[in-house]
Amino acid sequence: MRASTDPHGKGVTMDVTAIVNGVERTADVEPRVLLVHWLRDELGLTGTNVGCDTSSCGACTVLIDGRSAKACNLFAVQVDGSDITTIEGLAIDGELHPMQQAFHECHALQCGYCTPGMVMAAVSLIDEYPDLGDRGVRVGLEGNLCRCTGYQNIVHAVLQAAGEQERHP
Amino acid sequence: MSNVVVPTTLDEALALLAADPQLSPLAGGTDFMVEVNHGARRPVRVLALRAVAELRGWRRDGDVLVIGAGCTYVSMADPAFAVAAPALAQAARTIGSPQIRNVGTIGGNLATASPAGDTLPVLMALGARVEVASTEGTRTLAVDELITGVKRTVLHPAELITSVRIPVARGPQEFCKIGTRNAMVISAAGIAVVLDREAHTVGCGLGSVTAAPVRATDAETFAAEAIDWSTLRAGAGTTERFGTLAADAATPIDDHRSTAAYRRHAIGVMARRALERCLS
Ligand SMILES: Cc1cc2nc3c(=O)[nH]c(=O)nc-3n(C[C@H](O)[C@H](O)[C@H](O)COP(=O)(O)OP(=O)(O)OC[C@H]3O[C@@H](n4cnc5c(N)ncnc54)[C@H](O)[C@@H]3O)c2cc1C
Ligand code: FES
Ligand code: FES
Repeated sequence: MRASTDPHGKGVTMDVTAIVNGVERTADVEPRVLLVHWLRDELGLTGTNVGCDTSSCGACTVLIDGRSAKACNLFAVQVDGSDITTIEGLAIDGELHPMQQAFHECHALQCGYCTPGMVMAAVSLIDEYPDLGDRGVRVGLEGNLCRCTGYQNIVHAVLQAAGEQERHP
Repeated sequence: MSNVVVPTTLDEALALLAADPQLSPLAGGTDFMVEVNHGARRPVRVLALRAVAELRGWRRDGDVLVIGAGCTYVSMADPAFAVAAPALAQAARTIGSPQIRNVGTIGGNLATASPAGDTLPVLMALGARVEVASTEGTRTLAVDELITGVKRTVLHPAELITSVRIPVARGPQEFCKIGTRNAMVISAAGIAVVLDREAHTVGCGLGSVTAAPVRATDAETFAAEAIDWSTLRAGAGTTERFGTLAADAATPIDDHRSTAAYRRHAIGVMARRALERCLS
């Protein structure tokens, strides 16, 4: 990473290099810019939403080196050298990721605002814990709020994508 | 804010801090960035600690567990960690959500010094030692020496917390907390109970019910004497009395999360249950 003065005189910018959805991206970023704003405003990856200002809702969830994190909680310059995956990076050649497909089939969304973050959190969750069960999914998605669905179909979808049958405790 | 520096070694981080009094340490950002996003904190320059290798992870050193200040809660989910530090592993599992546990650190929990910091009652019950360093040298503090009040510590601007040392478990341990919902909740009250079967001592730390971290020392002494250490049993009424003494050590307040009366009651109930679970 290298610091330099912004040509427009806005102040110092820093060089950030990160792999975003499999592509190496290098940019001059002002240090105060949050990762979520860099992704949305500079890279045009507007699938990652912002739903709160308290790091509570999870709408901004992305994967950093494979693990879920809240993109409103990090400065972009902190992910220099990391591998970032956003919702736009899941589908391959137009074919939905199994988690996206399961959300689609199970009607796991209504307004869709929470969906990108929910899907990213779920991808990280089943990657870490392949055998979760209903309760495990609910606990594992505690960092993501949905005001529409009541969560039931989200749990169905995550279990379907994990190849699990619904189990009741 | 005009700059973020990202050192990769502890020496480099300490030298940067010593040279620049306006440099604020940033670990997982789960407290820091919430304040920034609210406009409650306007850092001039930021020292991002994520890349400092020496601060990361944890290791076992004989009968001591050395936990790096930058150790994330997700690293404490390791089964080997849970065997060595059951109550701390339990507390770590309850903090925030996976996204928070993937980046949030124990050093950040200590430096934030919130009465609701969930690692604090556990570290108090364990008699943890916190190592703090600057270019001038290092010092070691107990948690109640480091934290002196609500969001107040004795850390100098040029100091970093580098590690936390706790004894490897020598008996049962329990952590409990209570809040307004099950998921992602900041504690309204919390408690840790730690039994040492070799030293025949009981540690009891309270969370969210005092301005600075405390141990319930009367409850500790009472239980240590009441427990039959060879069988880990105790006579009738022991756990109830333990709960009452623990609640007596609480000096809670009314706030947006709970009331003082409920908090004191909750400490009594959780202390009793935690000790019941520790006993056979
Ligand atoms: C949604 C949400 C849920 C949460 N739930 C919980 C919960 O259940 N329980 C709980 O206890 N907390 C909770 N928190 C608070 C927070 O996650 C923890 O306090 C966490 O441990 C902070 O660590 P961090 O690495 O993110 O610290 P940061 O936010 O990076 O830093 C916090 C403070 O510590 C200082 N600091 C960091 N590292 C060092 C160091 N090595 N030396 C000196 N100073 C340092 C920083 O300058 C800053 O002042 C929650 C936060 C959020 C956003
Ligand atoms: S925007 Fe709500 S958690 Fe990040
Ligand atoms: S679908 Fe609307 S918030 Fe979840």
